[in-house]
Amino acid sequence: MKYLSDIGSYFLMLKKTFSRPTKTSVIRELIFKEIDELIINSLGIVAFISFFVGGVVAIQTALNINNPLIPKYLVGYATRQSVVLEFAPTFISIIMAGKMGAFITSSIGSMRVTEQIDALEVMGINPLNYLVFPKIVALLFYPFVIVISMFLGIVGGWVAAVYGNFTSSEAFITGLQEDFIPFHVLYAFIKTTLFAFILATVPSWQGFYMKGGALEVGKASTNSFVWTSVLIILTNYIVTSLLLS
Amino acid sequence: MIRVEEIHKSFGSDHILKGISTEFEKGKTNLIIGQSGSGKTVFLKCLLGLFEPEAGRIIYEDKAIQDMDADAKSDLREEMGMVFQGGALFDSMNIEENVMFPLRMFSKQKKADMLERVNEVLARVNLENVNKKFPSEISGGMQKRVAIARAIVNKPKYLFCDEPNSGLDPKTAILIDNLIQQITHEFNITTVINTHDMNSVMEIGEKIVFLQKGNLAWQGDSNEIFKTDNKDVTDFVYSSDLFKKIRDIQNQEIRG
Repeated sequence: MKYLSDIGSYFLMLKKTFSRPTKTSVIRELIFKEIDELIINSLGIVAFISFFVGGVVAIQTALNINNPLIPKYLVGYATRQSVVLEFAPTFISIIMAGKMGAFITSSIGSMRVTEQIDALEVMGINPLNYLVFPKIVALLFYPFVIVISMFLGIVGGWVAAVYGNFTSSEAFITGLQEDFIPFHVLYAFIKTTLFAFILATVPSWQGFYMKGGALEVGKASTNSFVWTSVLIILTNYIVTSLLLS
Repeated sequence: MIRVEEIHKSFGSDHILKGISTEFEKGKTNLIIGQSGSGKTVFLKCLLGLFEPEAGRIIYEDKAIQDMDADAKSDLREEMGMVFQGGALFDSMNIEENVMFPLRMFSKQKKADMLERVNEVLARVNLENVNKKFPSEISGGMQKRVAIARAIVNKPKYLFCDEPNSGLDPKTAILIDNLIQQITHEFNITTVINTHDMNSVMEIGEKIVFLQKGNLAWQGDSNEIFKTDNKDVTDFVYSSDLFKKIRDIQNQEIRG
């Protein structure tokens, strides 16, 4: 029963988020602030993780090719497929559920605890539009983060494969080009956009409707990570079944 | 003026407000007092429209808040200023931005004009040279004054204060009380203050509404409260040793 009521409150929140809009000049400023906090501030960690995980994927693939009949370009091929199809869109999103999600839940939750949300409401401002809408718009830029992740994951794979003497640069690049299906990139962007919406709204919902004090803000942040991750995994499964099966 | 007619509010099986009716007059400091758990905060939140009562009406001038649609409620709220117990200043904004916030949201003034108004209200609450500081960098008393400045910057018709002097030393608390009363008279606004501080009752209680377990147990002014024979009120007023001693001395003087 509680789950049904939670689902209901989530969708009601979405409806209220798009109603009674805040003044355009104010919302524009908030969108730029959110782009800075959510997108720009995430680039460092995304670049670091993508580069090294790309490298690890290439090394693991190379180490598991024992059969001389399997071509060495498979390292590049496997790295590309892993990074473009799953690592960049899905696993970076789960990492972002921790980073961005905790930030969103704790910042909105702290505003709830210190009555700042009540203050917005009393002033006649729609707090959901003021707080959540700019995050949704800012996360429309999230696919650019994933493009960077894809690029750096593949570069990391190339560096690890070539400088680790697992394969030649030519073979790796041949692997990258082998059997390339452009729809796979589109598929990655479709699911990234859905994950971006989940990343903006689920942590906001957890923070906005939390009750209690500082301890509950911590609990809400944990719940936010759990629910955002679960929804990302489920959405990934559904989208993959629909688009690739 | 705000008129309240028979409002009821429950949370689950807890009946918090049990048919309260009263009036809050314009140009006066109206106090809601009572013990913790008496329903003061719920009552105030009903007045603000943050809680929806199950029954009864809250009428601002001649319009009931229950009959208003979302846009009308939003318009009404633009005429309200609220001082929250903890100040509720926005952490991410400095003092100037906090006070300017209602103007930025609702007025079409130029930034220079808004800044002039911000400095005017900050001076009115006796705060200077704090414009660029953040709420965490100033004292609790100063935060309350910033909250008052933010509440009055848009020239509201109604000012609500939830425990405005809680957590403050007695001297600063009196300063805040007096400031609220002066602003109420100066701008002729309807002020409603939620408090359990007897000093505030004595200092600024022009109309007092006493709540007891969700009922309106008594109403009057700061002179009448010390003369009433309502046992709930006298128990509340004389729960402090200081007031008991004052009463004993007065009684001795009368007998002597």
